[in-house]
This record gives sequence, structure tokens and C-alpha cells, in this order.
Amino acid sequence: MSLWEYANPVKFLALSARVQPFAWAAAAIGIFVGLAWGFFATPDDFRQGSTVKIIYIHVPAAWIAINAWIMMLVASLVWLVRRHHVSALAAKAAAPVGLVMTVIGLLTGAIWGQPMWGTWWAWDPRLTSFLILFLFYLGYIALWEAVEDPDTAADLTSVLCLVGSVFALLSRYAVLFWSQGLHQGASLSLDKEENISNVFWLPLVVSIGGFTLLFLALVLYRTGTEIALRRTRALGVRLDRHT
Amino acid sequence: MIPDLGKYAEAVLGAYGLSLLLLAALLILTLRRGKKARAALRRIEEETARHGKG
Repeated sequence: MSLWEYANPVKFLALSARVQPFAWAAAAIGIFVGLAWGFFATPDDFRQGSTVKIIYIHVPAAWIAINAWIMMLVASLVWLVRRHHVSALAAKAAAPVGLVMTVIGLLTGAIWGQPMWGTWWAWDPRLTSFLILFLFYLGYIALWEAVEDPDTAADLTSVLCLVGSVFALLSRYAVLFWSQGLHQGASLSLDKEENISNVFWLPLVVSIGGFTLLFLALVLYRTGTEIALRRTRALGVRLDRHT
Repeated sequence: MIPDLGKYAEAVLGAYGLSLLLLAALLILTLRRGKKARAALRRIEEETARHGKG
């Protein structure tokens, strides 16, 4: 069986219907456990006090904001190369989810930054590239709405997605190659150094898992919605021709 | 029930409240739009089937 079989909307919808119940349930459990564990059962940080509890929302939201764009990039490339409509619609479906996660990342970052840095906002490399990513999300969604022909819209938004990927990657890695920023290094990384104590790390990983599954469930459901809208338009045109 | 958040209570509760509100809005809008789109598709499929028979 090839992965490309799922470019067929009927097969995609059948797979999506099988996966979604598990994704929704696991997302709800992951988010509930991660946030409840982080909020109620972890101690205050010796420097950050209770504001450390904000990471259980801020880090997963930022993780999804960046990775949603990477997922959109892959789907856009599939559209540009292989012209599979489902992939273009999946990218379109993911954008509002990524946008909301970016807003949550920006807001919770500002709320945390005020007591810790003494400012709601700084033109720090990571914060600035994250703000630009937010603007790219807005532009991407607006472009889909502005272009009437869906294939042209998919082409143009795919190109925009390629350009925006620079800022998605920049917001992930800015802290590594710009040392003058306010934002601290990564909370999660594959290096051997312990960046965060296990007391905070474990609930954070559960919360990130929950947010990731929520993203999966939302994108599957929203792609189904986009397929339904596309088919409704196509049938409408066919009906108009017959009447 | 709520842990002692000290002088940062407003910031922590504000961050959680705003985020959960945004997530709830995203969920509600997604499900509402999905239901509408699926209902419209069902209607037009029925109509197409009727025209096909007629």
C-alpha cells in the first residue's frame, strides 16, 4: 500500500474517520493531564516563581505554531509537485490552527515576559521572527480567501508557504545563532545537557503530546470540511449546468 | 484547590484563562463550520441524485 493512495479524498476520509476518535480522546487526556499536572502538582521555580507554570501552555503552543507551518510546507510541496488536492486542502485546514497557536504563544510569552523581563515585548530575534510568522499565517489565510479559483489559490499560497518557512525555522533556531536576544534557549532539545528539571519536563512533554494530538485531530476534521466544501461547489456547478 | 501562586497569580491565571478561551473558540468554530459544510454537501448530494433520476 502506498502513502499516495490517501491523496484520494474517499480513502483519506475513511482513514481520517478511523483515526479521529482516538486522536480527539488522546488529545483531551494529554492536555488535561499535562496542564493539571503542571498547574497543580509542580513546584515553583526558584527564579521564576509560579510563572513557570505558563510553560505548560506556552511551549506546546509555540511548538505547534512552528511545526504546523512545517506540515503546511510539506503539504504545499506535495501539491506543487504532485497536484494532490487533499494535500493543498490539508495545508489550508492547518493554517487557522497554527494561527491560534501562534497567538497563544505570543500572548502567554508577553504575560510571562512582563514580570520576568520587565517588559511585555522586546524586539528580540525569536520574538520578532515569531511575530513575522504570525503575519505570514494571516497573509496565508487571507490569500486563500482572496483568490477565487481554488487551484490558483493553492499555487499562490504554496509559494507563500515556502517563503514563510524561513521565519518558522528562524523562530525555532533564532536563539541558537543570535546571542543578544532576551529569550532563553530551548526548553526541549536533543543535546545531552539537562535544560530543564524533570519535575517540569515530564508534564511539559505530556502537554506537548496532547497539543500535538489536538493539532492532528483538528487538521483531520478541518481537511474533511474543506473536502466537503470543494465537493459542494463542484456539485453546485454541475447542477447549475443541468438546470 | 488552586495552588498558591503568590504575586504572579494574575499572570498565571490570565495566561491559562486566555489560552483556554482561544482553544475553546477554535474548537467551537471548527465544529460549527464543519457541521454546516457537511450538511450543505448532504443537501446538494440529495438534490443531484433527484436530478439524476428525473
